[in-house]
Amino acid sequence: MSFTSAIKYRLTKPEGSGSGYRSFWQYIHIDVPLLICILLLISAGLIILYSASSQDLPKIEQQAMHIGLGFALMVFFAQIKPTTYQRWALWIYLLGIILLVAVLGVGHIGKGAERWLNLGFIRFQPAEMMKLALPMFLAWHYHRIHLPLSMSAIIFSAIAIFIPVLLTAKQPDLSTALLLVIAGGSVLLLAGLSWYLIIGLLGLGALSAPMIWYLLHDYQRQRVLTFLNPERDPLGAGYHIIQSKIAIGSGGLFGKGWLNGTQSHLQFLPEHTTDFIFAVCGEEFGLMGNLILIFIFMAIIGRGLYITMHAQDTFNRLLAGSLTLTFFVSFFVNMGMVTGILPVAGLPLPLVSYGGSSMMTLMVSFGILMSIQTHRKLLTT
Amino acid sequence: MRKRIAIKDHYQEIKLINQRCITILVIMILLIILLISRLTFLQLMNHDHFTTLSQKNWLDLVPLEPTRGLIYDRNGVLLAENIPIYSLDIIPNKIINMPKTLSEIAKIIPISDDDIAQFHRELKQHRRFDEVTLKLKLSEDEVARFSEMQYRFPGVKVKARLMRHYPFVNSLSHVLGYVGRINIDELQEIDATNYSATNYIGKLGIEKYYEDELHGSVGYEQAENDASGQALRVLNQIKPVPGKNLYLTLDSKLQTAVEQALEGHRGAVVAIQPATGQILAMVSEPSYDPNSFVTGINNTDFQALQDSPDRPLYNRALRGLYPFGSTIKPFIALGGLDSGVASPDATIYDPGWYKLPTSSHIFHDHKRGGHGIINITRAIISSCDTYFFDLAHRLGILRLDAILTKFGFGQATGVDLEEELIGTVASPTWKRKVKGISWYEGDTLNSGIGQGFMNVTPLELATGVTVLANRGKRMVPHLLLAEQEPGKSIEMQKSTHLAPYDVHDPNTWNIVIKAMQGVLTAPGGTGFHFGKIGPYTVAAKTGTAQNHTIKVYNLNMSEDHEDQSKLPERLRDNSLFIAFAPVENPQIAIAVIVENYAAASQVARKILDYYLIGPPLVFPIAPVNKTKTQGTSVNVIH
Repeated sequence: MSFTSAIKYRLTKPEGSGSGYRSFWQYIHIDVPLLICILLLISAGLIILYSASSQDLPKIEQQAMHIGLGFALMVFFAQIKPTTYQRWALWIYLLGIILLVAVLGVGHIGKGAERWLNLGFIRFQPAEMMKLALPMFLAWHYHRIHLPLSMSAIIFSAIAIFIPVLLTAKQPDLSTALLLVIAGGSVLLLAGLSWYLIIGLLGLGALSAPMIWYLLHDYQRQRVLTFLNPERDPLGAGYHIIQSKIAIGSGGLFGKGWLNGTQSHLQFLPEHTTDFIFAVCGEEFGLMGNLILIFIFMAIIGRGLYITMHAQDTFNRLLAGSLTLTFFVSFFVNMGMVTGILPVAGLPLPLVSYGGSSMMTLMVSFGILMSIQTHRKLLTT
Repeated sequence: MRKRIAIKDHYQEIKLINQRCITILVIMILLIILLISRLTFLQLMNHDHFTTLSQKNWLDLVPLEPTRGLIYDRNGVLLAENIPIYSLDIIPNKIINMPKTLSEIAKIIPISDDDIAQFHRELKQHRRFDEVTLKLKLSEDEVARFSEMQYRFPGVKVKARLMRHYPFVNSLSHVLGYVGRINIDELQEIDATNYSATNYIGKLGIEKYYEDELHGSVGYEQAENDASGQALRVLNQIKPVPGKNLYLTLDSKLQTAVEQALEGHRGAVVAIQPATGQILAMVSEPSYDPNSFVTGINNTDFQALQDSPDRPLYNRALRGLYPFGSTIKPFIALGGLDSGVASPDATIYDPGWYKLPTSSHIFHDHKRGGHGIINITRAIISSCDTYFFDLAHRLGILRLDAILTKFGFGQATGVDLEEELIGTVASPTWKRKVKGISWYEGDTLNSGIGQGFMNVTPLELATGVTVLANRGKRMVPHLLLAEQEPGKSIEMQKSTHLAPYDVHDPNTWNIVIKAMQGVLTAPGGTGFHFGKIGPYTVAAKTGTAQNHTIKVYNLNMSEDHEDQSKLPERLRDNSLFIAFAPVENPQIAIAVIVENYAAASQVARKILDYYLIGPPLVFPIAPVNKTKTQGTSVNVIH
């Protein structure tokens, strides 16, 4: 079933029209529009990575393996009924907390931070799991209570978010902690947290900035200072962002052409297969390439919001919305960082950057989105 | 009840969440618009700026040093060459711990404190990613030893380069000069682009005067660099144009012969081919090794050269100002005869002294008892002072100066070297200006015998001799014989004529020249030290001149040779000798000055014998285009 016929199916078969007809895709619980967008993004990502890694085929194979595993996870999690997630949400959350505590104790040190938990057969980041467990838990909780949120529910949510965020920040993995805040906060936001309260919280955050400054690690302070003035240290901390801007700016409208980027191939652009891969796209494919990439990302967001708004119940809506919103934040923060409108946060570009762990989480979240979308009809019966 | 509420809540919740979704979507779109504006700003509005920055990152324009032109003598003997040497270079920004690296290197290759001091000086003048030389001229053994240990020293490498070398060592240093590292003053003068790859520049002599010809033009290499500054490949190359090869008028064999003839005495000799003005030899002794200046002479050695009482750095041939002594007499004689003040047959009586009618001061002749009745020919032969006191007095200082000026004294000779000093043709105006006192008639008399204020450089004196040899024709003395652009044929340089010394009666020259021949051949001639004349004819004049320093002894002006041995060596008289030969067709004109030692005649004899009797000298490079206009004019006066 093609994308157009899927749409035709949507149009001809109105919402909640019963269990009469189920397509092949629905049968295997795959949402075709979302799948197409993901495939487009991953293909684009591989093309960029091929150039960014200087045609490093073993690296491409590795990434293809990540993708393959990711798809398997996506399909697997798409099969699980949203009601099952709902049932297990509390336990998954609690398990996540335990693993986060464990990682502080016996975690594997990588890049100056304890993030990994070695389970013998697989190395695993509990914080990644928490990105899904936290919104799931909050959605489950809000599904049980009445919306809009009462003050006690807000305080409960704040604690539920604060515990994993604190544990993750302590590793220290500030960027994932930030994403956890987003993942949890997005549920609150969707659940109708008062705008006044949001603005108030943001104000409080700004006021507590000096205190956060005091708590930051040295390299994190450097990032903030460098964001404020990259030329402060052109060969040190500011080097990343200066070179990234050069890469993007020199790309122009149509770019220097695939495999022709000098900034990445001659090693001027640091982290060009991971955090700064968007700059490689900008250099080689220009503004046009960037716009196409942004369009694909926004298509996924659009489909995510569509699934959210058409989901069956509050749990599904909140979960789908939160996953979509978190996805937006993670790619927007990366693009903002690479173009110099946000500080260097150490976040990869979802599905494009080289790397396994964040891709797994994302593919699982797409699986959950697909599950929410494709199990809908069954639920109505 | 509960179910009812739940259903009611359900719809409210849908509405709430969907509203939030819409709001969030709007915010997202706003953020994406912000991102796209940023991309537009970077990729469209500032595209050119970032393209430049990007190219600056990876494109490196590396200047390539042109090979310096070679210098040959007139026979094609190499006088200045470029030899390959190995140096140990360091790229500072690749070194983590400089003091440790230096001490580690010193364990493999001996590094002197001077090297380290020089290295630290240059370190400050270079960019962090430029190569800075730690040690020049590694021996092959040192290269081998370091190459073995190379892996321990990233950022340190052995580099092959060309270095100026002067195979004649001390022999030609005063003429050739030398090249040295470009200093801050020179940096202001030179064309920074053309010298962007050049570290060395002519400091003195021919190397300096013909710097533009010798240097050539810089080339470029466009190289692709990676982030560590490593050149990956060369994209484009404009080859440097090597400097021109120069052929000098010098005859290196004659030059060596002259040095040997001087036998270690301090002094200077200039030998010129009269017909062309080509300088055949230009010697100033003692001398120094220019090669030590190329690599950068250390302070101790430089101080030793600087402080030596023999003053080896002093170019006597070009800058030594010596009193003429009696060598002035033939010039004055010619002017006196030509002006009619003197006549060939007129005689005076020389009692051994001269007294001005207006003064009681007695001016002694060097010969006690005098020469008796004497004419101008005999006066030259026996160097009669009294005759020339009288002649000078009758000419007057202004006419005397005019004569000397017509021979080219007191002016720049126009030689193609920058360091030339100009001798003094003293006049009343000059004396008032320089000494602040007025001119005495006694000064005129002293001038008449080449003492007093008159002085001359050996080059000027030799140039004056060429005028006598040429019977009035004047040529600019010069050192450049020919130029050769790399890969092209040799271009001969034309000699430059100056306004000739015209006399009323051409026979006047013969009178003076005959007398000068008599100096060596006639009985009583002062040139007896020269020895019996060989197979060629010579016109000459001897001279003895007191040193400037001798004035403190307040001796009179007699040429009393007996007194000399009692004086400290450095206060003894200088001996001078001018000559040209053969008389009929002069091939060589020389001026010899030996400081504090009476040997000029013997030195001159050896030089002339070598040049005129020795193996015939052939100019091996075929003159190609004699009418070619002068590229680098050796023009009259700077």
